[in-house]
Amino acid sequence: MFRNQYDNDISTWSPQGRLHQIEYALEAVKQGSASVGLRSDTHVVLLGLKRSSGELASHQQKLFRIDNHVGIAIAGLVSDARVLSNFMRTECMKSKMMYDRPMPGSRLVNLIGDKAQINTQNYGRRPYGVGLLVASYDEGTGPHLYECLPNANCLEYYAISIGAKSQSAKTYLEKFIKDFGAADVDTLIMHGLHALRETLQQDKELNINNCSIGIVGKGENWRTIEGEDLKKYLDQLETGAPTTETTEELPQGEAMDTE
Amino acid sequence: MDHFPTNWGNPRSEDVDNYNTYPVASHIAKVPHSVTQIAGYGHTSGHPTSHTQQPVVTGTSVLGIKYKGGVMMSADNLASYGSLARFRDVERLHQVADFTVIGASGDISDFQYVKHLLDSQMIKEYNADDGHTLATPNIYEYLWRVMYNRRSKMNPLWNTFVLGGVHKGEKFLGAIDLKGTPYQSPSIATGFGSHLAQPILRKEIEMRGGEENISEEDAVQILKKCMKVLFYRDARSMNKFQLAKITDEGVTISEPMSVETEWAFAEKIRGYGA
Repeated sequence: MFRNQYDNDISTWSPQGRLHQIEYALEAVKQGSASVGLRSDTHVVLLGLKRSSGELASHQQKLFRIDNHVGIAIAGLVSDARVLSNFMRTECMKSKMMYDRPMPGSRLVNLIGDKAQINTQNYGRRPYGVGLLVASYDEGTGPHLYECLPNANCLEYYAISIGAKSQSAKTYLEKFIKDFGAADVDTLIMHGLHALRETLQQDKELNINNCSIGIVGKGENWRTIEGEDLKKYLDQLETGAPTTETTEELPQGEAMDTE
Repeated sequence: MDHFPTNWGNPRSEDVDNYNTYPVASHIAKVPHSVTQIAGYGHTSGHPTSHTQQPVVTGTSVLGIKYKGGVMMSADNLASYGSLARFRDVERLHQVADFTVIGASGDISDFQYVKHLLDSQMIKEYNADDGHTLATPNIYEYLWRVMYNRRSKMNPLWNTFVLGGVHKGEKFLGAIDLKGTPYQSPSIATGFGSHLAQPILRKEIEMRGGEENISEEDAVQILKKCMKVLFYRDARSMNKFQLAKITDEGVTISEPMSVETEWAFAEKIRGYGA
């Protein structure tokens, strides 16, 4: 019934110093379809691969608008994501109401972190089963991209992906990271689509139904590109290889810290 | 002791339930213990809950004007206790942030409370240490929420505040009163000043064809002129006041100063001179 002796509840340590239930929650994120996020000096783009349970069913929602300057992409339990996005929307409204100020992305992410941490330390609770990519454009500090996980880790990234087969997308992003800084929105989107394509199963292709794109940036409110509007980008994907290729092979990033 | 002879022989006013609060808050009838436990019943002394119904120690007018390059504000250093000039060294202009000054007329203790609230907010922002802080319009919005919230509890903070500042190259001058009414204008004067100083401020701006044509020196002279008029005619004012200057360089609040006054004419006023 249990995989081992120490995973009966979240607040029990294993002798190796691990909390198994929390690690299982991280697995839930890996089972969701992939989401990709990448950032230039002016914009953030989020992309989601939408699953459908069958020919007759609609596709799931991967991107959520939080405020004019914030949007999220999710991987994992959609119902948990809806709870979190509701919370984030409320916090953004509070900031607008109290201070006439758009909620700074970093503070929003910290609030999520505090909320998720409580679920990892109280007996009888469960961690959220969803990972979030948070894109925000803040007054003064510009574009930001964050990843929030069930273990309450919230980190900022230049580019990141979560969900099933997200490692392939990460590999792509690491290869082209040098191009992102100065890239315009369309280039950023194309890089995003290429990264997202890496996460597909063998016989699948990206189409207007199974992906969605969200953009926020300088002078631009959060907007999503879905359905027919995706055509112009997907057509480019058919014809060409990556838009630009860095001449030199980039050194591999250091191994991830285990904290 | 009741000093009004017509009241002698009548029941003392506090023995009468003037507002027909019986039985909820009657202090005449014995109220059952279970009733006194009801939330909002009032105090255990038997008196109804009461909120501030008048200010106690008060400051008079605050003035503010926009000029080329910034905002200037002025308030005297007096805190009156009724008509008594009780405290003569009170600073009614307070720097909130790098580019924001608040000025207060009305109840001084309520102002001290609001100063504490705003300072706490700024400390919170500083501690977050994430490159974000509250600018003048943000502080204005917050102050507005605080004032409106308190009036909605029927327990207002008895002040009219003036907030001056500079943000993103824009000058900001706004007022909020005890009912949470906000308004912004190129010139603002609270209390007695709204009758005596505001017309002068408006005329000076109009005469020059807008606030952009007022130099810093002009702004000082205009405010000094208004403070003089107020000192002549406002019996709760004092000839010792401060000026606050807010530009994109930052905030400077001056040492207390005074203006030359001429009282020889008073000799000829009946009931005033010798």
